[in-house]
Amino acid sequence: MEAKEIEKLAKLARLEITQETIDETAKSITEVLALVDQLQSADTGDIAPMAHPLDAVQVLRKDEVTESDTREQLQAIAPATEDGLYLVPKVID
Amino acid sequence: MQWETVIGLEVHVQLATQSKIFSGSSTAFGAAPNTQANAIDVAMPGTLPVPNEQAFRYAVMFGLAINADIGKRSVFERKNYFYPDLPKGYQTTQLAEPIVGTGYVDITLENGEEKRIRIHHAHLEEDAGKSLHEDFHGMSGIDLNRAGTPLIEIVSEPDIRSSDEAVAFARKLHSIVTSLGICDGDMSQGSMRFDVNISVRPKGQEEFGTRTETKNLNSFKFMEKCIAQEVERQIELIEDGGKVEQQTRLYDGDTHTAKAMRSKEEANDYRYFPCPDLLPVILDDQYIDEIRQSLPELPDARAIRFTSEYGLSPYDAGILSAEADVAAFFEATTKASSDAKLSANWIMGELSARLNAEELSIGKSKVSSEQLGKLITRIKDETLTSKLAKQVFDHLWQGAADVDDVIETQGFKTTGDDELAGIVDNIIASNPQQVDNYRAADEIKRKKMIGFFVGQVMKATQGQANPQKLNALLQEKLG
Repeated sequence: MEAKEIEKLAKLARLEITQETIDETAKSITEVLALVDQLQSADTGDIAPMAHPLDAVQVLRKDEVTESDTREQLQAIAPATEDGLYLVPKVID
Repeated sequence: MQWETVIGLEVHVQLATQSKIFSGSSTAFGAAPNTQANAIDVAMPGTLPVPNEQAFRYAVMFGLAINADIGKRSVFERKNYFYPDLPKGYQTTQLAEPIVGTGYVDITLENGEEKRIRIHHAHLEEDAGKSLHEDFHGMSGIDLNRAGTPLIEIVSEPDIRSSDEAVAFARKLHSIVTSLGICDGDMSQGSMRFDVNISVRPKGQEEFGTRTETKNLNSFKFMEKCIAQEVERQIELIEDGGKVEQQTRLYDGDTHTAKAMRSKEEANDYRYFPCPDLLPVILDDQYIDEIRQSLPELPDARAIRFTSEYGLSPYDAGILSAEADVAAFFEATTKASSDAKLSANWIMGELSARLNAEELSIGKSKVSSEQLGKLITRIKDETLTSKLAKQVFDHLWQGAADVDDVIETQGFKTTGDDELAGIVDNIIASNPQQVDNYRAADEIKRKKMIGFFVGQVMKATQGQANPQKLNALLQEKLG
């Protein structure tokens, strides 16, 4: 892993990463990738990829409204709200 | 140089479920902000999504309607990106194993030609919330009521060659999803939204040009305008020696212009992976067959039935069958009037003119199908002439409740046969000079001169004489 790739990954994940820790992070991620490489060497040609580690099937629920308004409780722990809206730093794109 | 336009559409359709795709919150439109966003929808840690069976049923209905392969096993994946109206930091969607596989939709073009548009796939996913950028002290407001509303995203192949084809395709999809009853079809509330991929290439060239994507068009008209503008922009760019850049553009419905979104270096780096919170969804053949058996009538089948059952022309049948609510109104009117052709004419003429003028859907028509049907029976039994019927229609539109009441209270009634004969006798007796002139004239002159008598009788009956009867009567009495 190169420093540039680490910076890009950090940006995508919205993680702040200091210049000092980049080398260390690159090293540990490289180690993880080495482990992945080792796994990749296993022959899985005849095996269908799994979507989930559990060999189970999703249960579906009925289409019913079961939830009531919990805005007050949820907004009690929000940093900023107004007129029922959550406020966030301005985003325009 | 001759240019060819290549278009592919991605269409987001809000499914008409009561509750959200992964939570039991209501999906009703228009609630106060964030009152329909519970712990799952706002992405509280420790919550787990449970998929809504009805969303799958609706997606399968759509798949069957477009002759697609149904994904008996479908898998949700996480599409990762950061935006405040997406509180989890990823959209739960499908990618490698979607619920609906390849299918197709046939469209009819202006010139009557049929064209097949292939569907690449359609997948289930959740909608995001809404960001409000009005000024909240330099901040943005977030309403998460819409977050988690079930969507199917329908992805077409790049088979579309003009804005007309794109609109015909979009209308056909609208017609299919509303006929199935899986979407309310209300474009003004964002129930159907289009992303349009556009590129141009010299005619005859096999290779596609570089495409741009314009997002979030919510009306057929906007889509048509946007395509015309973007095609022109790309052609000009190339002819001036430039190059089209791959970019995402956002259409502004107020200014009718699109501009490039701030390009992100890491655009499209969504790092999809299977959602660990959700297991694969498995649907068996029995489940799919039951849905197939109970599919409602689709627009194409309805158009064919309208020609055979009601004797409509293919053109009329196409218009009246496209939307489920229009089709239902037509059938109810015909039932009440026992005359399909007249019912069709009134719905496509007088009624749709009024609806358009007041921007109403047919569901909000101020004249019911029963009353319109009754009005038509009054034309057929010669109580009303077409002209009088239009006046009665006016009264109904303005709030009158019943056709016969209007005829009675407003005195709208074609003059009765005996009464008409009396009036004709009177007019003849009191205009001896004109009668003599008429009788002396030849066939050709007579045709013009009879107008005088028609005018006199219409004046005397205040326009309520049946014109055919009056003509016949005058010719007989004048000899």
